[in-house]
Amino acid sequence: MANITLKVNGRSRSVDVDPATPLFYVLTDDLQLKGPKFGCGLAQCGACTVIIDGRAVRSCVTPVGKVAGAEITTLEGLGTPEHPHPLQQAFIDEQAAQCGFCVNGVILNAKVLLDRNPKATDEEISRALSGVICRCFVHDRMLRAIRRYAREVRS
Amino acid sequence: MRHPDPDDFNQPPLTPDASEALDLAGFSRRDFLKGTGALIVTFSLADAKGALAQRGGRGGSQTANAQVDSWIAIGSDGRVTAYTGKCELGQGLYTAQTQLVAEELVVPVSRVTLVQCDTSITPDQGTTAGSQSHPENFNRRNLGQAAATAREALVRLGAERLGVLAERLAVSDGRVHVASEPARRVSYGELIGSGKFMMPVDGGARRRPARDWTVMGTSVPRLDIPAMVTGTFEFVHNVRLPGMVHGRVVRPPAVGATLVGVDEASVRGMPGVITVVVKKDFVGVVAEKEWQAVQAARALKASWTAGTGLPAQATYDDYVRRQKPTRDVRLVDSGDVNTVLAASASVLKATYLHAHQMHGSHGTSCAVADVQTDRATIWSATQASHPLKNTVAAILGLKPEQVRVIFKTGSGCYGINGADAVSFDAALLSQAVGKPVRVQLSRRDEAISENYGFAYVIDQRIGLDASGRITAWDYEAWYATRGGRPGYDSPGNILVGALVGFETPALRPLSPAPPPTGALNNNSNAVPSYVAGCIGGTCGGAGVVRSERVLAHAVASPFYTGPLRSPWRLQNTYAHESFMDEAAAHVKADPVAFRLQHLSDPRLKDVLTAAAQKAGWDARPSPKPGNAATGVVRGRGIACVAYEGHNGYGSVAAEVEVNQSTGAVRVLRLVVGADCGPISNPDGIRNQMEGGALQGACRALMEQVTWDHEKVTSIDWRTYRTWTLGSDVPAIETVLINRPDEPATGAGETSITVVAAAIGNAIFDATGARVRELPFTPARVKAALQARR
Repeated sequence: MANITLKVNGRSRSVDVDPATPLFYVLTDDLQLKGPKFGCGLAQCGACTVIIDGRAVRSCVTPVGKVAGAEITTLEGLGTPEHPHPLQQAFIDEQAAQCGFCVNGVILNAKVLLDRNPKATDEEISRALSGVICRCFVHDRMLRAIRRYAREVRS
Repeated sequence: MRHPDPDDFNQPPLTPDASEALDLAGFSRRDFLKGTGALIVTFSLADAKGALAQRGGRGGSQTANAQVDSWIAIGSDGRVTAYTGKCELGQGLYTAQTQLVAEELVVPVSRVTLVQCDTSITPDQGTTAGSQSHPENFNRRNLGQAAATAREALVRLGAERLGVLAERLAVSDGRVHVASEPARRVSYGELIGSGKFMMPVDGGARRRPARDWTVMGTSVPRLDIPAMVTGTFEFVHNVRLPGMVHGRVVRPPAVGATLVGVDEASVRGMPGVITVVVKKDFVGVVAEKEWQAVQAARALKASWTAGTGLPAQATYDDYVRRQKPTRDVRLVDSGDVNTVLAASASVLKATYLHAHQMHGSHGTSCAVADVQTDRATIWSATQASHPLKNTVAAILGLKPEQVRVIFKTGSGCYGINGADAVSFDAALLSQAVGKPVRVQLSRRDEAISENYGFAYVIDQRIGLDASGRITAWDYEAWYATRGGRPGYDSPGNILVGALVGFETPALRPLSPAPPPTGALNNNSNAVPSYVAGCIGGTCGGAGVVRSERVLAHAVASPFYTGPLRSPWRLQNTYAHESFMDEAAAHVKADPVAFRLQHLSDPRLKDVLTAAAQKAGWDARPSPKPGNAATGVVRGRGIACVAYEGHNGYGSVAAEVEVNQSTGAVRVLRLVVGADCGPISNPDGIRNQMEGGALQGACRALMEQVTWDHEKVTSIDWRTYRTWTLGSDVPAIETVLINRPDEPATGAGETSITVVAAAIGNAIFDATGARVRELPFTPARVKAALQARR
């Protein structure tokens, strides 16, 4: 066990955990965040994605000890139901969800791409989302929402 | 009572008084009394009489469900609380039911709070499944009818209060007023003021006609999406209780393996480990934290028997076809099929195969259980909250009235995924440690704990006369089945129930099948749409072919099976709609015209035509003239279904591109037609149609359970493939047919039912090759291409 300080959604949080613990469990269990989801534990599905220092990271395979001090953003760090981030608003506008389990990974992976490259092409969007699954198959609406946001960012 | 944060979405907005009443009442009292804001009433009179344990059948407590107070409560502030036994699974039902109540009570959506699937406070409506929620709650019974009854009761109360005949009153915005003098009015809150209606649901209460709808029939945005996209929605995975610990299970390594022994010393001293739990073949570990439980489950040394062995996957269709005994059902039999086929100008024969597929929920299943000596509470994403209450009681050795199941949304399930299994897991582990336990499955455990979709072998024969009309249709199928939903009394229908010693009911042999009697039952869509479906002179089919036989054999499966979105119906429709296409091609007819020629059901005809028109259907026989036999070619195909015979109508037109050197199929475009009666929420139904079409396309092209000689080998997203958000997925367009004067039908499963056949027919149109085994993997497409020559 070790005392580790994390910067999550702009707040400093201290946890006493085994540094080998995947970040996912620290965020959802110790810090009780609801954004990251457990889909596979194998970095195959994107559900557990968080943004760390501007990169999309699979928290299910990232030891917490390696991200001490880094800037971690989860889905709830973007906006709130009352004041959603424009990308979250685009998902609301397009009604781009069914069960809602995958939206964490979809939104965060898309955000990282568009933060870096607001002019990303559809092909680049596809590539950025090629490790994210949605088993309700809301693909069409989600891609529409992402493109809608991308247009807003550009204009 | 330990409750998650009551401010979170989906928690019943219990006032402190109501919450306390619920706590004090235990789990079985008939009345929990009212709160000041939301009236809390209950529900299961059967529970109070202790009768539930004896009830084996499906469905709700009719006595309790017949009372308005079981469904609708109005507080003195005019807020409406509605209670439903049909829950949100990602299909938009939470919002649609809220709209329904708002419409019938003439209040804004924002004034309605819907409480869903909590066995202590909502009606027992069995399982949320089988496209039954729309017909059950939106027609002239249950939730919608209760709300209409309540509105009429409020008008009667208003007539008394205002001293005006009820006929002269109108209702708007939660108030009863004199129609000609809107200022003479009284609010619902003033009229009922947290009191009870104390009346049965009136089947004669007037429903607001679809033509006058202002809330229903509109695309009210999903009420839960803002919370979902901002990470504030509380899934079952997020339930946290004081003193809660974490469990992880250790499943048998091979199908049918039984436990030899567990070396508890192998995890002793590991950080956080509380205990190892063994109950017959059920093995689990409990630890303070989730990651500790994960590590302990990995480290635990358990030895198992070799298992029962599995039949070779490559020849599984033969295995299924040859299984004895069988349980046979003859759904229709005109008795003359062989004679008519023998006299036909030509006879077509084909066999269609369908693989076992997985629900493959994105999130692995999770449940939280708090089991004490004499009571248990389970937070579960089950589709079957009330049935689960009984089976959890059986697992724990409690009485059903000592168990409360609270539904919490999980990852989309599409049928019986691991939600029930993990609910049993959590209950068993919590009982063992006497603390609340949360369990989330590993990816592999999810993959081997669920009940797979049915594998099918379907033999089809069609006779055609000289003019190219179908004379006879003969269907004979074998499908592999084991277990299913646990229902109210069969925990052994899923793996975990069997692990703790509940027997999996054996297939009950019945052969030969008795002759069909009564009305045509096409719940499984085993009866093709194109036959007349005549039994004893009464014809219930959607088509015109009078010489008909439909015979199905259920056989024992080595795997647990159960409903996977459009169970039976999808497999059968794939075979029917593909074979219909073969017949059309054989007589060189246009596939749409040929279908229309053999259909009698006007709604099915309309939905087929609607998709064809929207797709810009190129009317001509298949295959497409001029396509090369090599290289990349394109084609179009279509399919349609009358879901379960009469529970919704759907069609899909598909355009595909086939690479004839690799066998790879790209789906370019899907056009969906849908008729589910009056449309409750147009955007909601579109979302369902789009998701169903794409899910069906993915299932058609790549999804199948795989196994070796002893175990399932499709255990993650590398071994069970699915389309990612980056995959090359088709554009989807949906055309909706609104039927305001018809009853509400099933809505969520029509597009998925037909899309595989539409794609297969488009492959044929493009290439002249018929792929008769699903999924249409590149290897199978290539084999079919080679067989052309």
